[in-house]
Amino acid sequence: MNRILHRLVPRPLLSLTIGLLWLALAETVSPGTVLLGVTLALSLPRLIRAFWPDAPRLRRPGRALRFLGAVAFDMLNANWRVARRVLGPLDRLRPALVEVPLELRDPFVAALLGSVVCLTPGTVTVDIDRQRWVLLVHALDAPDPRALIRDIKTRYEQPLREIFAC
Amino acid sequence: MNTVVECTVSLLVVVGALAVFCGAVGLARLPDFLSRLHAPTKASTLGVGALVMASTLFFSAREGHGGSVHGLAILAFLFLTAPVGAHLLAKAALHRQTPTGTDDHAGATAPNDGGTAPGGPRD
Amino acid sequence: MLTVALDLAYALLGAAAVLAILRLLRGPDATDRILALDTLGIDAIALLVLMGIHRASTVYFEAALLLALFGFVGTVALSKFLLRGDLIE
Repeated sequence: MNRILHRLVPRPLLSLTIGLLWLALAETVSPGTVLLGVTLALSLPRLIRAFWPDAPRLRRPGRALRFLGAVAFDMLNANWRVARRVLGPLDRLRPALVEVPLELRDPFVAALLGSVVCLTPGTVTVDIDRQRWVLLVHALDAPDPRALIRDIKTRYEQPLREIFAC
Repeated sequence: MNTVVECTVSLLVVVGALAVFCGAVGLARLPDFLSRLHAPTKASTLGVGALVMASTLFFSAREGHGGSVHGLAILAFLFLTAPVGAHLLAKAALHRQTPTGTDDHAGATAPNDGGTAPGGPRD
Repeated sequence: MLTVALDLAYALLGAAAVLAILRLLRGPDATDRILALDTLGIDAIALLVLMGIHRASTVYFEAALLLALFGFVGTVALSKFLLRGDLIE
């Protein structure tokens, strides 16, 4: 039973997201939209499976929620800081390209970390090197690159590794 | 619509517009491309987020309207795509900055080689 | 109260669009122009959402959603072109 279910729905969370998004877009819950939503939710993960690296299992959902909250808070905080820097004097900015060595070894989690870094404190992920497992990060204002590396590793990489156990 | 809702919507609208404006100011003012990349990807996305939240609140407070879920779809989509777009643009910019004449493996390597950062501290 | 806020927001978003267009014209590099276009797209989404509130109509959401989709696809396609185009040279 379990195996049949797994074959039918290889990515339950992705399917659920697609289905709910479809209903949200249609804004009605008539049988037709539900049927179409279920069809899409079942077929789309199957169709894109070839392009999608196998995500590791989500080990600690509670920790993931907490992490999401922390990221949201960091985003607001960082945007406030970036806005102030942008409107203030520019010659005091210390932009820097920093290489962050990674301990995680999973392409999907690395991409997730890259996205989180992109959305938070004045940093943009430029490259994820999967040969050397290094994250190349550009920071808008980093007087101390070492502190930035430490920050990224403790604030984002560590929780992600705990959440996905990798 | 009651006053509390109206005040919240107004505040969110102004804050969102201000954030989008800050993003554009950064785009216009900052000195180099990689720095410029920061402003629109973060500030503008967050600004649209605030605006969408304002409109969701606005429509769910009106009688005879269900809460608009569309806004949340826009929001989710923007927050998923902003980092991807920024990442690709940064990659493209670095790729173009690498001088093709002196760099002997510039033609051969995949865009994936991260080691070609000019002037970055390596730790 | 809401009308004043909306007017202010329109002015701010208009100014933001003008700044993005300035960057679009000035460049200097192709990546700057792509970024400016992307920002212009986000400005347009913001304006559409604002107009939705102003006119109290939800139809603007569809346009905003489509713009978000195509803006992203456009940005990805253009940056991919820059990456690959240089590789072929």
